[in-house]
Amino acid sequence: MRKGAATPLPMTGLPANRTLLPAIAAGFLIFSITLAAADILSFPSSRTDLSPEELKRVHDVVSPTGNFLKAEPYEAMQGGALTAIDKVNRDIFSKPSASLNQEQGQDFHLGNALFRKLWVSAPSSTQASDGLGPLFNARSCQSCHIRDGRGHPPEEAGAAATSMVLRLARTAATPEEEQAVRDFHALNFPDSTYGVQLQDLAVPGLAAEGKITLSYSEEAVTLAGGETVILRKPQYGVSDLAYGPIDASITLSARIAPPMIGVGLIEAIPDADILANADPDDKKGTGIRGRPAIVRDHRTGQLTLGRFGWKAQNATVRDQVADAFSIDIGISTPDRPNSHGDCTPKETRCLSVPTGVQKRLGDTEAPDAVLPLVTFYSENLAVPARRGTGSSDVLHGKEMFYRSGCVACHTPKFVTRDGIKGSDGKDSPQAFQLIWPYSDFLLHDMGEGLSDGQQVGVASGRDWRTPPLWGIGLTQTVSGQQAYLHDGRGRTLTEAILWHGGEAEKARNAFADLSKEDRQALINFLESL
Amino acid sequence: MKLKINFGAALAVAITATAASGLPAFAATPEPAAVLKHYTKLAHAKYQDALTAAQSLDKAIDALLAEPSDKTLKAARAAWIKARVPYAQTEVYRFGNPIVDDWEGQVNSWPLDEGLIDYVDASYGTESDENALYVANVIANKTIKINGKDVDASHLTPEFLSGTLHKAGGVEANVATGYHAVEFLLWGQDLHGTGPGAGERPATDYDPKNCTHDNCDRRAEYLKSASTLLVANLKDMADKWAPEGEATKHVEADPKAGLTAILTGMGSLSYGEVAGERMKLGLLLHDPEEEQDCFSDNTYNEHNGDAIGIASAYNGNYTRIDGTRMNGPSLHDLVKAKDPALDKEMEGKLDTTLDAMKALVHRGETVEKYDQMIAEGNKEGNATIQKAIDGLLDQTKSIQRVIAALDLGAIKLEGSDSLDNPNSVFKKK
Repeated sequence: MRKGAATPLPMTGLPANRTLLPAIAAGFLIFSITLAAADILSFPSSRTDLSPEELKRVHDVVSPTGNFLKAEPYEAMQGGALTAIDKVNRDIFSKPSASLNQEQGQDFHLGNALFRKLWVSAPSSTQASDGLGPLFNARSCQSCHIRDGRGHPPEEAGAAATSMVLRLARTAATPEEEQAVRDFHALNFPDSTYGVQLQDLAVPGLAAEGKITLSYSEEAVTLAGGETVILRKPQYGVSDLAYGPIDASITLSARIAPPMIGVGLIEAIPDADILANADPDDKKGTGIRGRPAIVRDHRTGQLTLGRFGWKAQNATVRDQVADAFSIDIGISTPDRPNSHGDCTPKETRCLSVPTGVQKRLGDTEAPDAVLPLVTFYSENLAVPARRGTGSSDVLHGKEMFYRSGCVACHTPKFVTRDGIKGSDGKDSPQAFQLIWPYSDFLLHDMGEGLSDGQQVGVASGRDWRTPPLWGIGLTQTVSGQQAYLHDGRGRTLTEAILWHGGEAEKARNAFADLSKEDRQALINFLESL
Repeated sequence: MKLKINFGAALAVAITATAASGLPAFAATPEPAAVLKHYTKLAHAKYQDALTAAQSLDKAIDALLAEPSDKTLKAARAAWIKARVPYAQTEVYRFGNPIVDDWEGQVNSWPLDEGLIDYVDASYGTESDENALYVANVIANKTIKINGKDVDASHLTPEFLSGTLHKAGGVEANVATGYHAVEFLLWGQDLHGTGPGAGERPATDYDPKNCTHDNCDRRAEYLKSASTLLVANLKDMADKWAPEGEATKHVEADPKAGLTAILTGMGSLSYGEVAGERMKLGLLLHDPEEEQDCFSDNTYNEHNGDAIGIASAYNGNYTRIDGTRMNGPSLHDLVKAKDPALDKEMEGKLDTTLDAMKALVHRGETVEKYDQMIAEGNKEGNATIQKAIDGLLDQTKSIQRVIAALDLGAIKLEGSDSLDNPNSVFKKK
């Protein structure tokens, strides 16, 4: 089936099944106004999956430690029973959850094959493998999530950025649009020409949208003891625009691909446990607010808690995967059925390019088995075990991490929900695991230095989701380089910490004021994650 | 001379005896270093064989281009199929050896952007009215637009193919070079779906005097350049496995890591790559072209070659393309000394897989090609493939047991109470 030029441009965040929308829109609207007013209240305030006795055990085990003389029980197994205890090498982020049976193991490998698959432009002999683009940022998932690790900013001028993208968005311009944002039907609004993202690659014969330009200015920061660190501040722009100017109201947000490990475990954290750390009005008076990202589940349209993406804009791994297929690779799936990806009606040639839809294999470019398999694969990428948790240096660094106030947002541990089903419909291996992501999965104002001025749902340009820290010490091993924060500007962990501002400024200053040895210990602790 | 230095005198004698008789001489357990040495020697021989066969292919392509005819085209196709035999057996070196894995994309990348290279069938899909973009193919166009930029494609040199046509260095590079690009240029698209028949490119596609599908000179230039690149790439990898080569040194640097690399290669190729990606996925999607070698219908031979390579990595045996038999210290010897029952189990499972692969090849040669076997509703064809998949999956379990038996498994975690027993995790009461 061909989704041609007549297909309306999707607003970001709309439920996937748009054909249903007109019919239920009216009812939806009334319903969602009520919800919008009481969005947080509609979520459970305490978890219901455990007996009172288990709840107490869970509460005790996730309480922050005060003992830095020795490692905590279970600490090294930061992904619970699913932790990868394999030998550390560059493939350490690509290990399956330790508890998969052989059938699940095969699904994992099939998902991995699809994750690495290079999609090709239509038409080709490989009818199940074509449909790339027409506009795209990468040909495969793996191109950006290199060995399932993080991406990086482009190294050379003029080359395709691949593992970094520019999101294009503006805020609401009409009362209707404002209402759509209030009702969580839209996160923001795309550029009328270039869509939601700048694709700097295109199938042969079609012009790519343009290029990312990137330059850095440097700024020296002096830390206690006189050590100087040079921070690089990026300036983004676009050049070689092929389809005319970008609208003046559009902001650019650069995002690198985040590491994939542990996302299934993150999805299994109870809403109540994440919301327990939220303090949007700073009632505790700590200066640290933490706001939940309220978004709609793509398939059900239900309001839910966003946890994935730099702005926590997606609630489930599957939603995140479907968005990436659609926007980054230009491959349609049942959840994001537009086979022309991010082409807009103003990009007429783009809309006339052949799609890779084969009726025999389903209505979208990726055969129906693809999205569930890649989702299952993603959910089961294991978190590697920690190294050296018991060494005195790492423990000292852990103490510095706690004392500097980092744990106010980088929440050390959670216990995942019990009795849940996985995306394959079977008992989830992710159920009831003590995990150590070092994140609260909430949005925080990170200050002007990190702001990109782009609103995404409830997140302003200054707000970013606390990213999990597990595996961060293996960045160099897996990726061969280090690039931290949403746009990869941090070349070292120290630089990344020094960029923290806003709600995190106090912790950042505490770090900067530590002695050189203490700072190093804190970094060593991060390296052990 | 180098052998003796590495092996030690006694072992060198044992190996000489083994090599002479073709049978295990006595049950002396080889040192891991000797096993690794032999593994790298086999790699060197296999890549040299792949290179030799690719050079023959290159010559056959020269003959085709000099005098395009059904006969020379047929000979070139036969040379391509022959060239794949040793290459398939090298694939077990890919996983576990980053040097091979990083290089592999240039020579074996799949699937292919056919429309970027040459003409493709206009009846494809349902959008034949919008096929203006088919002419985006580089053989037909001296200037093509890549990523919005006009690229000068007046000379289809090897450098142009590897450097310009594809962004060098990235994961996404190289879908227009390698074996499958050559395959496409020799066979053309297979338009028979799940029915019988392979690609049917006419020899006149290369005949400037009697040219079909236009641009025969440029098609010839592309084919020759792709073939030249393939030879150069294989030469490069064969050199890396020479006694002092980079890949050899990498394997020999650390005995434990080296043995792990062998077993990782066997396990990853068996489980994720061949059983999963190349076989099960095709069965699952029933895509007639979700197969290796889709233009030539040579797929069953590839899977068989991979299985032979996996067995070879374990037992240390390899028959070169000139018939020379090689054998020497192997994992089989190590495991036999440690746990004879496990060795027997491993060998038995490798044999079971090889038998299933033989049946697959037999069916491919006598009944139907691989793309027909995976068709929906083809019970017997599906079952033949499934049997080979089952064999590969089952042998993976034994490979895992071998890893454990040789103490190559999970790293020992230190430094936490919970890690005296690494499986100790927080559980429900």
